[in-house]
Parts: sequence; structure tokens; C-alpha cells
Amino acid sequence: MYIDLSHGSGGKQTSSLIHDIFLKHFDNETLNKLEDAAVLDIGGRIAYTTDSFVVTPMFFRGGNIGKLAVCGTVNDLSMMGAKPKYLTAGFIIEAGTDMNQLDQIAQTMKEAALEAGVKIVAGDTKVIEGSGNVYINTSGIGEILKEGVSIQNCRPKDAILLSGNLGEHHAAIMSGRMGIENTISSDCAPLSSIVADLLKNGIDVHCMRDATRGGLATVLNEVSESSHCRVEIDETSIPISREVKGFCDILGLDPLYMANEGKMIAVVPGEQAEAALAAMQQNKYGENARIIGDITEGAGVYMTTALHGRRIIDILYGEGLPRIC
Amino acid sequence: MITLERIVRELRDYDGEEIKIMEVCGTHTSSIFKNGIRSLISPKIRLISGPGCPVCVTPSVYVDKLVDIAGQERHCVLTFGDMMKVKGSRMSLTEAVAAGARVRVLYSPLDAVKIALEDKNTQYVFAAVGFETTTPVYGVLLDEITKREIHNLKLLTSLKIMVPALSYVCENEKNIDAFLAPGHVSVIIGCDVYKELAQKYKKPFVVAGFEGEHILAALYEILCQIKSGRHEMRNLYPNAVTEKGNLAAQSVIQKYFELKDDSWRGIGTIEKSALKLKPEYSKFDAGSSFDEFEEKIPAGCRCRDVILGRINPPECPLFSGACTPLNAVGPCMVSTEGVCGIWYKNRGGKG
Repeated sequence: MYIDLSHGSGGKQTSSLIHDIFLKHFDNETLNKLEDAAVLDIGGRIAYTTDSFVVTPMFFRGGNIGKLAVCGTVNDLSMMGAKPKYLTAGFIIEAGTDMNQLDQIAQTMKEAALEAGVKIVAGDTKVIEGSGNVYINTSGIGEILKEGVSIQNCRPKDAILLSGNLGEHHAAIMSGRMGIENTISSDCAPLSSIVADLLKNGIDVHCMRDATRGGLATVLNEVSESSHCRVEIDETSIPISREVKGFCDILGLDPLYMANEGKMIAVVPGEQAEAALAAMQQNKYGENARIIGDITEGAGVYMTTALHGRRIIDILYGEGLPRIC
Repeated sequence: MITLERIVRELRDYDGEEIKIMEVCGTHTSSIFKNGIRSLISPKIRLISGPGCPVCVTPSVYVDKLVDIAGQERHCVLTFGDMMKVKGSRMSLTEAVAAGARVRVLYSPLDAVKIALEDKNTQYVFAAVGFETTTPVYGVLLDEITKREIHNLKLLTSLKIMVPALSYVCENEKNIDAFLAPGHVSVIIGCDVYKELAQKYKKPFVVAGFEGEHILAALYEILCQIKSGRHEMRNLYPNAVTEKGNLAAQSVIQKYFELKDDSWRGIGTIEKSALKLKPEYSKFDAGSSFDEFEEKIPAGCRCRDVILGRINPPECPLFSGACTPLNAVGPCMVSTEGVCGIWYKNRGGKG
């Protein structure tokens, strides 16, 4: 069965699509009412965000667009020190989409939402002409657990932690696009539990960021600019799997600039660095966490290379395209 | 056995006359920055990036031709990503796509075969740019095109070769003291070719790999040669580079291509410095000869002086002001391999 334009008509087929795929998977009391809007209980301060997902290919090793759509928004909320509570999901579906694929996407979203402890409480579908692609927008609300977590809040003597290996999502997607056979799997994952672990252990987190598009380099530059400080990192402390490193060497890519979907940095007071590291490493998504550097007075992002040379780490310009020689 | 620490110390403590070393491989340029090599060595050892980026030395008229082809009905240009942002005299391929032209970015030229077979009503043109490293793959592509009788896939070539460019630099820029010979190109052409250059121009030519340690070792070898008045070819990348190179790849090149004079963006015409399809294969050519061409260099742009090692990018009046990666004026700013692009990304670091 494939999606055709009648599934966007608003009539019987639209209703079937919603019931047979989305309600089946997202099943919860609020959504099941099919009201025009979800009515929610929210106490205290909230974090609120939205993100759209247009990835090609839709399915890749380690996940699919649905998992990204849930994790992306969950992670954005988590990075603000919030506990993600509710998501909405808007689907723009091209005619020609395979119903089974759509079902798989919804199934994955359910699983990711369950793991992250969020409910998908409202949604929308639109069908457009096309050739079988799906685009998803999610928005989310989270309850603030810790106030003051901010990109502007990094201070000299803070330590910078990275939750694990770089570049795996980017490499998995590129492998899919290029038809390269390897075992690199996307790191796509909800980071809400790592954040909960940090806060539970009393870490006074100053700033958190997930290192998505633009990679670690871009996030660290944002830290430097917003907090008016210098970021110093050590190349030898940055975890990169051998397989991703090999992939990057062949294609002329730099893991520092590659997208991740389940990696974050946490900037914490220097004296809490070890405690924060221990908390991260106990979480299954932070086993490979490292302390990668610290914040000092000044500006810019600097790296001490493995050869003890110095290198400036600038933001990404344009798209990270492979070199030709 | 000499240690890395000793090499670094010798390079750092050098305090003799200034030595200018040119590298002619974009991957070397990139590795020098990534490893912070400049911060490790004496300021008396200056590293200069030569004409080692194929995208950067491709003339603007070539980009114009790609833009024209991509805009034609039922035509599509296939290209590596680097080429997308290079401005011709009017626009880049990225801008052409925004205006409705058809361009697809590929990672391997061989993907073009599948694409051409899937849509036989479109005339595909592959933007065949590169040095000896990439040219054999275009030969393999032509083998496939012939074998599978594909009629809707041609090449627009801008294929340069390295040795004439090195000779040109040696003839015209007496101030370069030594060369870090390219890694990838040497895998194909072998290292014997540099022996003649080393003797003729009395300059050390050292072939190096791409890791920071490889480059430091090569710089140290050059330093030792200069200190003792020698000028030899040394191959420090013997795992990958042999004396004669990859003969199979060379024979693929020779099967399809022959030498021609060609224009290098920013430099001018260099005799027998490029490859074109042999006459018997002209049916695969999408119109690659640009005889009446005259390169218009944008006002103020000093890419020529950068490529020839006369100045470092920050000495160009346009660098980081009018010319940035997001709005590149000169070709050296466009590519990730381009000297100016690499310097811009690392600006503020020790040059």
C-alpha cells in the first residue's frame, strides 16, 4: 500500500491513515481524544522548542527519520536543563510513500518517546505530490529541572565534557547516501537520561549543547561567542572510533565538524569535572564520555594537537563536502 | 634512530637563513593546519602552499561552460561537491541550480553510469576536474561508458598534471628553496620524476605522507639537505609511492588522454600541463577546448601571487574582507583545499 493524494483529502482515507498508523503507535489518552488541541497540565517554568527533519535517506543504520524527529526535540529540551514532557508531530508525506515504511517510522517514534519519557499528544498530516519522502516537524515542551543552564553561562575554570564518540551519525548518513558498506551506525539517541543523571548527582551544570549540525567545532564556537570566553581543547582526549576516523581520512572530512544526534557537551565547574564524568560514563549513552578541555579568559576556540601543535577551530563554512583529492 | 622529539626540536630551533618550502598538495596544506605544524617549527622556516588544488586552478571559463550546460533543456551536470561553489565569470553551479539548472553532486565518477542508464532522455555531462590522482578514474568511467554503450554521458575535462606546474614554479619563482612533493599524485606518477627536477633546479624534493609526523619528517629531511648543501629527491612515503608509480593507472590515462597546453587559473598558460581526450575519443567530449579564452582576474585578487608562493593569503587586500568562504572572490578561497580557504578557517593562528 502506498500513500496517494487522497490520504490528504481530510476524508475517510485521512482518518484511516491517522488511526491505522499514528494513533496505533502513539496511543495515549490526550491524543486519542482527537481534539483540535491537547489540554495539558504544566506546572512551573517550561522549555519549548521545535525542529523539522528532512533527512535523506529516511532509513539509515542506527535509526530513521522518526527516531531523529523525537530525539532531536527531546535533546533540545534536555540541553536547557528541562525534563521533556510532551511532543507534537507534524508529518508532510509525499504521495508514493510506502505505508509499511510510514508504519516503521511511527513505531520507532513510539519507542524513542517511551524511552525519553515523553508523550506525543498532538499531530498533523499533510499529503503532497512527490516521490515517497516523508518530512517531520516535532515541537516539544519540557519542565525546567535546573534554572540558568545557558550557552551564555560558561566561566573560566569550567571543564568541558563530551559524552562520546564524534561523527557517527554523519558518517552513517553519508555511507547510506554513497552506498558504502561499513558498520558505522548513527548515534541517534535521547539524551534526557544523561541530563537527569548529571542533575541527580548534584552537578551545577552551566551549559549543555547537543553537537548536531556543524559538529563539536560549531558548538564550541557558540560557547566562546555567547559566554565571551576562550575554549581550549585537547585533540588526544576527543573520542573518535577507528572506523569513523578511517572514513574521514578517505573522504577528507573532519570529525570535529560532523553532525551527531546523540552527543552533547556539558560545561561544569572545574571542581565537579570528575563527578560529572563519572555520572556520564554510568549512562549507556555516555560510556565513552571524556573531559576534553576547559574554559579560560579570552576568545576563540583553540586545540592542542596530538603533536603538541596549536590549531584554531573555526565554525563550519558552507556544507561539509568531501574533497576531490 | 632519530626521535620525533629530536625532529621537532631541530625544526623549532633552526635559526639560519629563511627557508621557503612549497607544498603542492591540498591534503598536505590541510594537514599542516590540522596538526598545527606552523606553531611547532621555527619562524625562519616558511611553508608556502603552491598550485595543489585542482578546483582552484580551473579557469573560470570552464565553470561558465558547466553553468551553460546545466541550464540547457534535458541536460544535467554531474560533479564533485567542491566544484559547486566556484564562481565562473557570471555565477557558480550553486547559483545556477537556484536559477533552475540541473546539477547533481556525486562522490564517485562511476556513479554517473547508473544515473545515465536510469534516465536516457537526459544528456549528462561529468565535470572531470583533477590531477593525475583522479584522471585514471575518468578513464575507467570511459571504459564503462564504452562497454555498456551509454550514449548520454560525456565529460567536460579540466585535467591538470603536476610536473609541468612544478617546473613552471621553479623557472619563475627562484625564491622557493625546496618542495614537499605531493602524496596522492606521486602514488600515480611515482617519485622518479622529481629526481630530474631536483637536479635541474638544485632544490630538494621530498615526498611525504599525510600524517603530521610524516610532514615533520619531510621538513626535517629538507632542513638537513639545505644545511649540508644537498638537493635530492627523497621518498619518505615508500609504503604508497614507488619509483615508477602505478603503471596500470598510467596506462589508463595514456589510453584516453594526450597532453595539451592549458590555462591555470591565477597563473596563466603552462605548456603541456594538462590532458585532453584523444581525437578518437572526442565523441565523449562535451566541448572542453577553450582556445580563445582569456582569464579575467577580479580586481584586487592576488590568487596568482598566493599560488606562486609570493605572498601568504593575509597579504592579499581582499582576504577576509571582501573575500571570505561565504563570498569567495578568488578561486583559492572557494575550495576546502584552497590555500585562502584553509588560511581563513585557521585565521588568528600562527601563520
